[in-house]
Amino acid sequence: MKFALMINGGPYTSQGANSAYGFAVAALAQGHEVLRVFFYGDGVYNAMRDMRPPADEPPLLTGWQALADRHGVDLVICSAAAERRGVLGIGEDVGDSGIAEGFRVAGLGLWVDACLAADRVLVFHG
Amino acid sequence: MAEGMNGKRFLFVLRRFPIGGPQALEALDAALTAAAFDQPVRLLFLDDGVWQLKRGQPAASGRSPMALLGSLALYDIAAPPWVERESLEERGLTPQELTIEVTVLARDRVAALLDDCDVLLNL
Repeated sequence: MKFALMINGGPYTSQGANSAYGFAVAALAQGHEVLRVFFYGDGVYNAMRDMRPPADEPPLLTGWQALADRHGVDLVICSAAAERRGVLGIGEDVGDSGIAEGFRVAGLGLWVDACLAADRVLVFHG
Repeated sequence: MAEGMNGKRFLFVLRRFPIGGPQALEALDAALTAAAFDQPVRLLFLDDGVWQLKRGQPAASGRSPMALLGSLALYDIAAPPWVERESLEERGLTPQELTIEVTVLARDRVAALLDDCDVLLNL
């Protein structure tokens, strides 16, 4: 089955990102596809390159990067949500921003595109 | 849009306060984007999401969702949007206090609406 995931919560401040990551790992382990993870709202903070996991918390950022690397999961940061939160300057090159490697920045159209291509769409809240 | 993809019927369930953060506005942005991609889009305002519709409701800093609500028809979003009756009643609101025309739906009819879509986005 093909899944598209949206994450609306920041890392370490909400359950959403953790649950989404656990879901993605489990789905891939069972042979499903995770077409795209779309980071929307406060979810864009999951892509901050310089984040440091709190003590006793799993390192989510490297977890996502590994999923992209090993399974081709498309990690997309919403440009409008990132610009609204000062994560990305308007017109700024992603390479110059604090956004980690393995993530790309795009518009909501890519989320709609993922909804159309997926068999199931899940939203993980903040 | 990639070729060969069939359209899907989207239902956005909007249940956030219009104040306290950009969540309500971002949910509406997502709905308008789906509509701009020529997908059939329905809106259901539920729980605290009904406050987004109240006339004169102040918004979070930045853009107001109110301006977007007036232009739903421009985006070919199914109008009027659905609003759960009990969500209004529990907050002391009436349809007359809302900024746009709505279809009031009883709580025991909501499940049928949720069933009648391909992509359900609870934002």
